[in-house]
Amino acid sequence: MLKFASLLLALSFCQGRQHHNINNDDEVVPVFQASKYSSLWPLPQKVQISEISFKLSGTSFKIVDAKESSAGSSCSILQSAYRRYYEYMFGSAKKQWGGKNRRADLTELHVWITSPDSECDAYPGVTSDESCESFYGGLETFSQLVYEDEYGAKNINSSKISDFPRFAHRGVLLDSSRHFLPIKVILANLETMAMNKINVFHWHIVDDQSFPYLSRTFPQLSQQGAYHPYTHVYTPADVKMVIEFARLRGIRVIPEFDTPGHTQSWGKGQTDLLTPCFSGSKPSGTFGPVNPILNTTYDFMTQFFKEVSTVFPDTYVHLGGDEVDFTCWKSNPDIQKFMEQQQFGEDYSKLESFYIQRLLDIVSTTQKGYLIWQEVFDNGVKLKADTLIHVWKGNQQQYQNEMANVTASGYQTLLSTPWYLNRISYGQDWQGFYKADPQDFKGTDEQKKLVIGGEACLWGEYVDATNLTPRLWPRASAVAERLWSASNVTDIDDAFNRLSLHRCRMVERGIPAEPLFSSYCPHEYKGV
Amino acid sequence: IEVTEKDPCYCCRILMKQAVSVKGVWPLPQSFTISSERYPLNPQAFYFAYGKQSAAQEGCSVLDEAFKRYFSLIFPDYISAYSILQFSEDQPFTVQVSVGLDDCDGYPDENSSEQLYTLCLSTGLETFSQLVYQEDFGSYFVNKTEIEDFPRFQFRGILLDTSRHYLPVRAILKTLDAMAFSKFNVFHWHIVDDPSFPYQSRTFPDLSAKGAFHPMTHIYTQSDVRRVISYARMRGIRVLPEFDSPGHTQSWGKGQSDLLTPCYRGSTPSGTFGPVNPALPSTYKFMATLFKEVSSVFPDSYIHLGGDEVNFSCWKSNPDVRAFMQKMGFGTDFTKLEAYYMENIVNITTALNKTSIVWQDVFDYHERIPKDTVLHIWKGDPASYEAELSRITKAGYRVLLAAPWYINHISYGQDWRNYYTVQPLNFSGTEEQKKLVIGGEVCMWGEYVDATNLTPRLWPRASAAAERLWSDEKQTSNVDKAFPRLQDFRCKLLRRGIQAEPLFVGHCKHEYQGV
Repeated sequence: MLKFASLLLALSFCQGRQHHNINNDDEVVPVFQASKYSSLWPLPQKVQISEISFKLSGTSFKIVDAKESSAGSSCSILQSAYRRYYEYMFGSAKKQWGGKNRRADLTELHVWITSPDSECDAYPGVTSDESCESFYGGLETFSQLVYEDEYGAKNINSSKISDFPRFAHRGVLLDSSRHFLPIKVILANLETMAMNKINVFHWHIVDDQSFPYLSRTFPQLSQQGAYHPYTHVYTPADVKMVIEFARLRGIRVIPEFDTPGHTQSWGKGQTDLLTPCFSGSKPSGTFGPVNPILNTTYDFMTQFFKEVSTVFPDTYVHLGGDEVDFTCWKSNPDIQKFMEQQQFGEDYSKLESFYIQRLLDIVSTTQKGYLIWQEVFDNGVKLKADTLIHVWKGNQQQYQNEMANVTASGYQTLLSTPWYLNRISYGQDWQGFYKADPQDFKGTDEQKKLVIGGEACLWGEYVDATNLTPRLWPRASAVAERLWSASNVTDIDDAFNRLSLHRCRMVERGIPAEPLFSSYCPHEYKGV
Repeated sequence: IEVTEKDPCYCCRILMKQAVSVKGVWPLPQSFTISSERYPLNPQAFYFAYGKQSAAQEGCSVLDEAFKRYFSLIFPDYISAYSILQFSEDQPFTVQVSVGLDDCDGYPDENSSEQLYTLCLSTGLETFSQLVYQEDFGSYFVNKTEIEDFPRFQFRGILLDTSRHYLPVRAILKTLDAMAFSKFNVFHWHIVDDPSFPYQSRTFPDLSAKGAFHPMTHIYTQSDVRRVISYARMRGIRVLPEFDSPGHTQSWGKGQSDLLTPCYRGSTPSGTFGPVNPALPSTYKFMATLFKEVSSVFPDSYIHLGGDEVNFSCWKSNPDVRAFMQKMGFGTDFTKLEAYYMENIVNITTALNKTSIVWQDVFDYHERIPKDTVLHIWKGDPASYEAELSRITKAGYRVLLAAPWYINHISYGQDWRNYYTVQPLNFSGTEEQKKLVIGGEVCMWGEYVDATNLTPRLWPRASAAAERLWSDEKQTSNVDKAFPRLQDFRCKLLRRGIQAEPLFVGHCKHEYQGV
């Protein structure tokens, strides 16, 4: 008689290549296999799904630490992930199939963490990536292998999977300034990022339109600069909640405080921070970018980024630096004078560089690394060697040239240009996102290695809580596979088949991911 | 508030004293004067009442329901504020409603129920509810306002497609709610098409049993349909069903053998099927039975028969169809075969006392159809749909415009501006011809839309078309002026629980609370 069989999810961290072996040597039940890779998304590096299937029962199935595992039950991230994935797999089935006498072939999933030191309480980071990656990736993959047969019973086929991400940085940018995004929406999308093995939440938290970040050091910033000082702000507790929620899913939170442009909302709560624009010889009453010639500006930035560096545990912070409009600087007589003193001539990009370099020095003292948008590089600002350059501009040829230039200069880079998901169009635009490849540019192997990944950007001009989630998913899933799976995973038909199922899985997990084309899901979205 | 009945045409004319700083009403009423004199509204001392002269009195289900509904719309946080407000000493404020005709149990239809549904519900209650505003301290006010209103077009529709994706009944009801807020009055239910047949027919249950995505979970039962119709009725919305044939019928074939034309490769059947088979008498017998059922299930006096995009290649390949062509003397002109089919179908519905609406293709093929048939324009750019408007009205047919409002076609940015600036009567033709344009329709085809994204994709973009169909064109020709009012209206939709997407950067006092 079959009492229980156990399944092993072994995660070895040492070699950098992980193997998720799902083995079972008990009874063999062949089942129909609809598609070679079933619904796996993003596609693991190596997959072998056999036709041997096993039944799982919600009443008896457990996810447990393997005896040999180096991390134990005190490891909170593991325990909470176990529970989450149990819910994903049996959440709906529990109610329908609670019968105790259903026979199960498989009752345990053993998670064997083989890494010598498992960092249970640490934050996911650039270096700890691999352990997190394989743990969360492994559980997600396992849950994706579970399927419902026509009787509603859960099954899994014996499979051999070995997996690791192609790129270390797989991000989604959300913009909470152009529209305020309630915490609930952010959390739901972190949840969905984990389902897609996205591991970076790039939080474009403030911009011209509003400053919802409640700063402990400068509370006036959100008091004056948010859409509403109480209902449209992120309190320190909110931010903490987002970071912790993300941590439990292996997601890094990289905040962006974009300067010197994109800062209109900063000026409302911080006088003398922005440059007063002049019309003729008088101040016009409007303001431009951050004023780069005042010492008070740098004092402010020092204090502000000191706070940011303690609030956000990630080792990187995004400093923006894009789209600086020089007209206001040009109009201001004090700035003109300063330009003269510094012998910048008429070249305002030199002034921008001056500002950015001082800002980078400030941020360096907080022990953080930084990301900046490509203009900072384009303008020739002196950068630390470990700066990450974020490419976002141009058409395909232009961004490919930019990637080539950036990497030729020895900088690490990540790509967003082809993945501006806020730009919508009619039809299956996910295919375009899917076809873009961040390493597709002219360069040496050394250069290609400097590409650390990419980000799907959902800018907020036309997006808020009402439409964010269906606009992001499953379109961002296309980017997720490009950044996770091997570079030769490019079969668009196979992708369509798997992605259709993957989107239905997201819907079943309560995420309103929009359809790819005419079709249906067995469990349609219930949240209308 | 006083409800006056000076003008017999506008029995539900409501004269409202007070209320403003209100940013406006959407769609804009025909005539609208807001004074600065305002009155406080206290939910504890606020009543709806029937006017003494009103033909409808207590027990009028449509109005009783509407009073209940609009009370909550006017005072959205009434429940939570309940305890604070109980010691108010305000004078009671009564909204009196008078209706000239007591047709409370009827369905909204082309003409009969204009007074009750269009004037009372849309003009009266909806507009009034939009005039009420809440101050920062939470008190409600309405300014003295004089409004005279009526719709520019009597047919203001929204098409939902429940075949390409199944839409749960809840999603449809939610859409009906939002439609009433924008004064839409026709729900065009494109209920079946190639991909699936979710309508559960009493007479032909196999159609959905075999043709739906799933025979139990992805169907509309008879009671679902009744629920939709009655929910719509309460909001003054007609339900216009579309059973599109002879094309767009792949899903029909699964549950009804011999209905579709078998396609041939050479001299043998290829195993695939084309449009409905027009050569078999059994086809017309089936259609007559089905439409008999449909006409009893859907009370509206119109039925949409489709008739668009018929692909002739399968008909051409089939030897029996070719033989039929020869017998009928159609030569090789397959448009004649289509015309023959559509004429038969239109005659079936005419015999059932229903008026037919068909897509423009039917007119383009010069089919002989009754003069009261409505042609539905869906193709082309402004130049070509204007020419089509001209041609069809010249031939004396009534016409419905959908071409500029294919709202499923999304693009980046504020595309609502395009929907807003449409000029439905801007075509060459006489005054008589212009009168034949009965209205317009916003179409949300379902290739890329299901319950996950329907509502934010529809609203507030459809509201832009709503104003074009309701309001005076001269007063609403400036799209920039409309922008802040539409932004304000969009926030109102959010406050009412409609997941309407933003027009541009900014915020609403009460953001959407779902995910």
